[in-house]
Amino acid sequence: MSESIDQIFVRLKQWLLLPVANGPDWLVQIASSLINIFTLLAVFLTLFALMSVLERKILGRIQNRYGPNRVGPFGLLQPVADGIKMLIKEDIVPVRADKIVHFLAPVLIAATAILTLGIIPYGRGMTPFTIDGGILFFFAVGSTTELAVFMAGWGSNNKFSMLGAMRAIAQMISYELPLIITVLPVVMIVGSLNPDTMVAAQSGYVFGVVPRWFVFTPWGAAAFILFFVSGLVESNRTPFDVPEGESEIVAGHMTEYSGFKYATFFMAEYIGMFAITGLGATLFLGGWHAPVRALEFIPSYIWFFAKLGALLFVYIWLRGTLPRTRVDQIMNFAWKFMLPMAFTCIVAAAVWHYAGRGLRGWLWSFVVIAIVYTALSIFLDTRRRFAPRTYRFAE
Amino acid sequence: MTITLQIVLAVAAALFCIGLLAALSRRHAIFILIGIEMMLAAANLNFIAFWRFRPEPHQPTGVMVAIFSIAIAAAEAAVGLALVIAVYRHYRTTNVDQFDQLKG
Amino acid sequence: MNSPAFVFIAILTLAAALAAATLRKLLHAALSFAVASVGLAAFFFLLGGEFVGLVQIFVYIGAVAVLIVFTILLTRRDVEKDRGFNWSGVAIAIAVFGGLIWAIVKTQSLSVSAPEMPALTIKHIGEVLMTGYVWPLLCLGLLLTAALIGALILVMEDKR
Repeated sequence: MSESIDQIFVRLKQWLLLPVANGPDWLVQIASSLINIFTLLAVFLTLFALMSVLERKILGRIQNRYGPNRVGPFGLLQPVADGIKMLIKEDIVPVRADKIVHFLAPVLIAATAILTLGIIPYGRGMTPFTIDGGILFFFAVGSTTELAVFMAGWGSNNKFSMLGAMRAIAQMISYELPLIITVLPVVMIVGSLNPDTMVAAQSGYVFGVVPRWFVFTPWGAAAFILFFVSGLVESNRTPFDVPEGESEIVAGHMTEYSGFKYATFFMAEYIGMFAITGLGATLFLGGWHAPVRALEFIPSYIWFFAKLGALLFVYIWLRGTLPRTRVDQIMNFAWKFMLPMAFTCIVAAAVWHYAGRGLRGWLWSFVVIAIVYTALSIFLDTRRRFAPRTYRFAE
Repeated sequence: MTITLQIVLAVAAALFCIGLLAALSRRHAIFILIGIEMMLAAANLNFIAFWRFRPEPHQPTGVMVAIFSIAIAAAEAAVGLALVIAVYRHYRTTNVDQFDQLKG
Repeated sequence: MNSPAFVFIAILTLAAALAAATLRKLLHAALSFAVASVGLAAFFFLLGGEFVGLVQIFVYIGAVAVLIVFTILLTRRDVEKDRGFNWSGVAIAIAVFGGLIWAIVKTQSLSVSAPEMPALTIKHIGEVLMTGYVWPLLCLGLLLTAALIGALILVMEDKR
């Protein structure tokens, strides 16, 4: 019974493919891909709409006020109102802007964000496109975002946009390195770049109770935290939203975009967030596996979206709690702390593997990470020693 | 029409010559670098084409050379562009016809 | 190998490369170069080297194109167009193209079609990299480090 609910979407797709099942091979492939694409778009655009209103409500509650609550029950139809507003706004393009580049930038950003959604396993047998080098595809397409951000900044012919774009690219390039290097221990331990294989390697339970997710190993926990923070930075979210800091450079590279193009940028940022958290859930949190054996009857896609929702809630929570960091603080953090810690995770994963994957491996890799972490904290102490504060009063 | 090795090599040759065109006929230093990168990419295509069309047994030699070539192209682009920036700081122009202070 | 796909990708790549070589505005040329890189990656996918295609997208678009675009930004003086076009370069390029095509057509052993091949898995590439090609890999690491340090030193401003 639970297995049939689990596979309900797979069966639905096979039923939809019945009319063309006897046709030529390429027709079946194209039909299957189209069904995958439309389902993906439908699910994630709905999730985007839902998240935009949920984020405002949760932020509101953190700030001790209600969020939007007038449109529809509990304000849940707010995205409809927002969508109508964005669609009917006038589309203003600066006169001296580069028309082609200005137009193509939001298209390219949204396209690359949606492309990265295609390789994540959403459930048992529910990966839209299985590529042998899936993780490499994810990062290759994600790195194209920087070019699109630059196009947005340049195409607007505006000093603030250019400055915002350069800050955004500097931040994104700096944090791409920790992002990719923290994924390397997982690839090393699993031995494959295929996300399906990575989820399969995290099945089973230790002592029948604790799941074999990589986040429960010391290198996995450290790598997950680093991956999570790098994902925050890659999506330009507070506390790292210097590129779109409203009080500093208007809206950064998105300044000269109005109406639907701005909505496209917004959507691309959120979908990038979904992709990164989805990948984090796949790599470290066991994908669509259940955390305890007793709860395995709940379908796999429910578990995946529950983990996705939990990670997104932490993103929103961080946004409501932390202030914005300075640009040089962000760069320092990336190059001086996160990069050495990321390399340490690789070494710790190797130590874990070769000391046997049990308790001994756990202890030794924990020791490695702890030593490097304390060494870094001592050497990177950049607090300035202030002189005791003196006061000068008017005489 | 089946794709033979000659057709793939012809496409790679065309790409190489377009890169040569960019490198020889432009006066801006960055255009010349773009041309050089295109030539390197065309050579990569040649390697992969020969690897794909050879008879058995198939070792990934062509793929290996192409991977190393891409990495070297990236390193060379980085250093070349750093050179362009350094020269620009000195001459205040990127027109390669004006880099002539070592001329006899 | 799929013939219509090949023709389409070939036309796209050559058109983008031609645009990159002949456009007036520098930024448009750099972006056309990025499109040509995508076309080339599609070629690699078609020819069965998926790993190389992905590395091509990663390096050429994510790194080289961004570098080029940054350099354009840092070296402009409000004159974005490129003045002057050297027509003798066109003649030389056409001559070289003619020579290459003559050499390709003349060689008879090149008119073979693609044999059947088992798909090259990334695991196999990884094994070969770590056993047969480990020395080139380490040298490449050294070379990239040297390039990184060299590029930094070239661009560093003297501290007054």
